[in-house]
Amino acid sequence: MNKKQVERWSPFLLLIAIVVVWEVITSGFGVSEFIFPSPSRIWEQTLEHKATILGHAWRTYWVTMAGFGIAIVVGVLLGFLIGSSRLAYASVYPLMTAFNALPKAAFVPILVVWFGIGAGPAILTAFLISFFPIMVNIATGLATLEPELEDVLRVLGAKRWDVLTKVGLPRSMPYFFGSLKVAITLAFVGTTVSEMTASNEGIGYLLISAGSSMQMGLAFSGLLVVGAMAMAMYELFSFIEKHTTGWAHRR
Amino acid sequence: MPEATPTPAASDKPFVEFDQVWLAYNDELLAQDVFAVEDINLQVKQGEFIAIVGPSGCGKSTFMKLTTGLKMPSMGKILIDGQQVTGPLKISGMAFQAPSLLPWRTTLDNVLLPLEIVEPYRSQFKDRRKEFAERASRLLASVGLGGMEKKFPWELSGGMQQRASICRALIHEPKMLLLDEPFGALDAFTREELWCTLRDLWEAQRFNVILVTHDLRESVFLADTVYCMSKSPGRFVVKREIQIPRTRDLEVTYTKDFSDIVHELRGHIGALRRPCRPVNGATP
Repeated sequence: MNKKQVERWSPFLLLIAIVVVWEVITSGFGVSEFIFPSPSRIWEQTLEHKATILGHAWRTYWVTMAGFGIAIVVGVLLGFLIGSSRLAYASVYPLMTAFNALPKAAFVPILVVWFGIGAGPAILTAFLISFFPIMVNIATGLATLEPELEDVLRVLGAKRWDVLTKVGLPRSMPYFFGSLKVAITLAFVGTTVSEMTASNEGIGYLLISAGSSMQMGLAFSGLLVVGAMAMAMYELFSFIEKHTTGWAHRR
Repeated sequence: MPEATPTPAASDKPFVEFDQVWLAYNDELLAQDVFAVEDINLQVKQGEFIAIVGPSGCGKSTFMKLTTGLKMPSMGKILIDGQQVTGPLKISGMAFQAPSLLPWRTTLDNVLLPLEIVEPYRSQFKDRRKEFAERASRLLASVGLGGMEKKFPWELSGGMQQRASICRALIHEPKMLLLDEPFGALDAFTREELWCTLRDLWEAQRFNVILVTHDLRESVFLADTVYCMSKSPGRFVVKREIQIPRTRDLEVTYTKDFSDIVHELRGHIGALRRPCRPVNGATP
């Protein structure tokens, strides 16, 4: 294997190493399955409850994607607004920062009152937790135009709209795709957290019910599935980013 | 304030005319009588190449903004081609020290950008794109960038990027080209090459050029008239006509006449910077 191949496979090699060490420690020291299950036990339980896990995983997946979809729309619109208007930036940004500092899990009880138990609160929690990075990145891309370039265009009679569409938006695309990678992982956090208290379906619900019935292996496989889904989506957006805004990653 | 007198002899009429122009950046500064540029009087003939030299922060860039109509004077008036400037002037093209090309566009598309914005090209852009692209290619070829149309900016050297940037400033055939220290970030050899490129473009098309620079050799080599600007308040202190015959070859920069002019201008700048310096002979 040459250096490049090693680099490409390194995450998998590291994962294998961690699993091996984990297995050795748990079986070597005879750690109880109810405290910390070994990877082999988790795998057994995953296969055993395959159908259940798959059902919950699908639920978590589509709920997350729905929330994430709303987050993209709202994040882009708000980002566009505050990135293109100084007044909007000055007024909206501080409030948004304060809002972002609130723990989104704290919204779940309120959302339950409004929408009841089910997909509603989970979708909205996923949205609330993930729109902020998208908004900030779009706004940053728009607000950091070179003043010289703006002069070059303004002297030609370019309107604000021209500058935004010809320069601002394309320029903020790398920021946008970069933020999607971060936002999708956050969205999974939002969904799972919400499902833990306000749903009878989804991986969050699975975690709680597995925990309360002391099925630690099942609980861990729930975590595994969320992690795998988030990573897969991260890689997907990373791929899209590389193939749409290659100019920003030229080296 | 004197009225602009419409004279029948159009050729004698100055193309750019500054009449006692003062600019404060905002009302507060205006109230305190703090001006970025003061009492600028200037008359530039059609097709004249002028250079403005001076220390950093003396208001050279402010002067450019005034000329293009991006800033309005606080007092006085500016006439371009006989018309008072009231807003951004589409007949001007600008280039700066940073090439500021758009990295997601090819060189050709970067050069075409102004045509997507300025009328009348804007509304014809879709139909006449091919023709415009050919025009851009010709312009690129004339500055030595033939065959680079499909390259992205990061694939070009600094000098090539700056050439492309100048092409972008010229694609809509402006009557006036404004350059703000365009060669300041280039190495000495590339810079001299680009002097010649600019000289050839200007001699072929004879648009007006206003070159802002702090390179005295550059200003003397390229310009018909050099203006020295003083620092805070920014005002013109010396106007020097450069009589060196055209077409000027780079060789001319090594002649005595040339260095005498540069030296003379340097004297003005030095005197501006250290007004209290003891006089110790003009030439060492």
